Amino acid sequence: MISSILVYGLVNSVILALIAIGFSLTFGISGVANFAYGGFYLLSGYLTWILLKYLGLPFIVAVFITIGAVGLLGFLIYWVILLRVRGIVLSEVIATFALGVGMLEFFRWKGFVTYEFTLPYFKKGMLLIADVPVDYQRLFIIAIGLALVLFLYIFTHHTRIGWSFRGIAQNERTAISLGIESDWTAALSLAFGSAMAAVAAISILPLGIISINMGYDVLLIAVAVGIVGGLESVPGILVASLILGYAQIITSMYISAEWMMVVYLAAIVLVLTIKPSGLFGKFKELEERV
Amino acid sequence: MDKTEDQTILKVEDIGKSFGGLLAVDKVSFHVQKGELLGVIGPNGSGKTTLVNLVTGFVRPDSGRVIFQGLDITGKMPYRIAELGMARTFQMVKPFYHLPAFKNIIIPLYSPRVKKLRGGKYGERDAVAIDLLEEVGFERDSFVPYKVASSLPHGYLKRLELARCLALRSDLLILDELFSGMSMSEVASTLPIIERLNGEGLSIIMVEHRLKELFRVASRVIALNFGRKIAEGSPHEVMESEAVKAAYLGSEAEG
Amino acid sequence: MTVRYRKERLDRGIKARCEDMFALSSYREILYLLLPRVLPVIALLCFPLLKGVVGLYWEKVLVITCAIALLSLSWDLMASVGLVSLGQALFFGAGAYLTGFLNKSLGWPYFLTIPFGTVGGALFCTFLLLPVLRLRGVYFAIVTLTLPLLFTRFIEASKILGGNAGISSLSPLPHLWFELYVPVLALLICLFSFRRLINEDYGLVLQGIRDNDLAVMSGAINIYKFKAQAVFIAGMAGAFAGAFMTHYYQFVGMPAFALDYSILPLTCAVLGGVGTFAGPTVGAFILVPLSEALRAFGTLRVVFYSAILIICVVGLPEGIFHYIQRKYHQFERMVEVG
Repeated sequence: MISSILVYGLVNSVILALIAIGFSLTFGISGVANFAYGGFYLLSGYLTWILLKYLGLPFIVAVFITIGAVGLLGFLIYWVILLRVRGIVLSEVIATFALGVGMLEFFRWKGFVTYEFTLPYFKKGMLLIADVPVDYQRLFIIAIGLALVLFLYIFTHHTRIGWSFRGIAQNERTAISLGIESDWTAALSLAFGSAMAAVAAISILPLGIISINMGYDVLLIAVAVGIVGGLESVPGILVASLILGYAQIITSMYISAEWMMVVYLAAIVLVLTIKPSGLFGKFKELEERV
Repeated sequence: MDKTEDQTILKVEDIGKSFGGLLAVDKVSFHVQKGELLGVIGPNGSGKTTLVNLVTGFVRPDSGRVIFQGLDITGKMPYRIAELGMARTFQMVKPFYHLPAFKNIIIPLYSPRVKKLRGGKYGERDAVAIDLLEEVGFERDSFVPYKVASSLPHGYLKRLELARCLALRSDLLILDELFSGMSMSEVASTLPIIERLNGEGLSIIMVEHRLKELFRVASRVIALNFGRKIAEGSPHEVMESEAVKAAYLGSEAEG
Repeated sequence: MTVRYRKERLDRGIKARCEDMFALSSYREILYLLLPRVLPVIALLCFPLLKGVVGLYWEKVLVITCAIALLSLSWDLMASVGLVSLGQALFFGAGAYLTGFLNKSLGWPYFLTIPFGTVGGALFCTFLLLPVLRLRGVYFAIVTLTLPLLFTRFIEASKILGGNAGISSLSPLPHLWFELYVPVLALLICLFSFRRLINEDYGLVLQGIRDNDLAVMSGAINIYKFKAQAVFIAGMAGAFAGAFMTHYYQFVGMPAFALDYSILPLTCAVLGGVGTFAGPTVGAFILVPLSEALRAFGTLRVVFYSAILIICVVGLPEGIFHYIQRKYHQFERMVEVG
């Protein structure tokens, strides 16, 4: 029991981190809360599915096309929609929220709700870890999650775009005055965030069937992890994923699976009530608070 | 001047604040006597505005105490402190851009403090607001008091800040770089207002870069550098202090 | 050199005259001032009388429209204080479930449950939001998005208040006229009192909090008290809609907290014009009947709301009402520039 909690809790935590990282990245850099995140996530799932089923593309090709296309979509959405409402929080929130809901409900209307919508495992089979059976897919997820965090770290600390990302995140005006193009960087941050939603979707969705409500859940998970950890902080995301991941597994084992979502939602409300900056967020004084 | 406790309106003891390891204000102590005009000077980034924020409750101090009219107000919410009679202007003007200038003044007039002092119904406040604007140099019979704040020039917005403070009928007025961004003539017309208020017995703390104007009105000055108090005394004493000279010349050499 | 033009807007003469005491000196001016206010009110009050002409179905649409309009008014009031809500369903659901509970479990009649549901629901939501009133912008939006979902999942998981199935066979409303006129009157009262409220000094403080809460605080005003009051007032409007619709449907269940009651009022407000109260009402009277007409399209309607939202937010940020108002008060002409 304990060992399965440990192993599945870890897997679950990595899943949460994988889901949350794109949302947090975009918010941390450009300050845009991408409420369309769930939409991007499911879009990636369906796009891969279509590429595989209808066009019969090899899996790896479909994956790269999906990641590229969804990233590009995020990029375009910044230029077409968000650029025009930049800085007006109300409009940013409404526009991205509407975009996400629109995408999800469009899929629902199109009838993407049956059991045939599944993505293939990367590799079938399973492994015993401490007497707990873990399938390869979950191991892949852990590997991808860790690789993504590592990649992000290297990317933001050792590349030009990464530096400008961090510059914008710290102080947009100063960054602009140093010749970093704010809009360009923000658009890229949205593209990266969306592409990460795609990566998360392709690695996580094979674990079950693709359902529309998952889109809403994914948004909530991303928000929950981001809020608990403190949006814009990578260590915060990791710690928050661990906390929420284990909390969720323990809840579902000892109480019932129905309470799993309640854990996230309650976590969001509690953290925002008690410590709005999250566990690791840089504490903001009254002057510039949220 | 009598230095007994009841003559002190504000007493700040060893107040300190650091932002992410950077000491913005480091154990600063000072006091303000009733009816006094205290000047606060210091080079850019010396912690003047943070000090104002600490005293007025907009930033919570890490250490130290603030005692205002015998009450410990450390860590109280800004509106509580304002209600007790401490008004402040903001260095970065914060008008309500969507509202006409005189409606900006109505908001503090609506506060419980002013209601208690003055009463007033809907409509009556408009007249009071216009009076206050006139007091800080808005032309009463022009369109200026009725213009939307976002269309006013910077000098007017600064004086709007002042009028908003006056509306509170406070016991202590803290002016955070009121004169920065004002033209020479605006400063020349605003300075007498401050002198008059001080003459009427209002205690004032003036954080200022324009030393010449400040020294004309201030009875005592404290100087800050790197969050520390480096000098205190009459304007003349402070200007002669070696630490202040070094701070200003040093900062100019760097800048 | 090419001649360039610029659009210039000028107030109509009649508007300028109406701002003075001349307004009462001629019928033209009086009508100019009164017609835009009185005509919609009369139309709204007469609509239920036309039951025979428009049919019962559209009368029922009127009830739903009023409920949504009340929700969008409550959204707009919160937005006037700078609280952007993505979950008006919270108010609706709180009012609805409280009413359902009072009626089913305690057996209270409708004339007690609706007022208690309204006030109790609003109080409940206000206390719930009290600790997060210090949040702004995105963070507040996230909380409001989360809370209705939290309640849905909570009720689902804990199986209280009827769980998934909801509470059904509640007592019906007494009469068709009651069903039709109560929401219409509630809407009118709400609309005009909100408009009055925001123009008072009290409303000025609310607008000040939206513009710059620090400046309001420096004016010795407890912004949290004002925010809480605004949420309570907004909550009353939303909870009333919930309480009334519960008896109207004789059922309360999961859908009371559903996304529809959050996104539809939001769309109405944005389409109609934020910050005017009349705008959201106009928005509701355009969107709700339209969406009833499009009922056959199922969830595509939500896609359609989303598209309207995006288009409005990006392309028509001022909203329909502001546009109409401008056309009514001002004319435009092209003037030559340098």
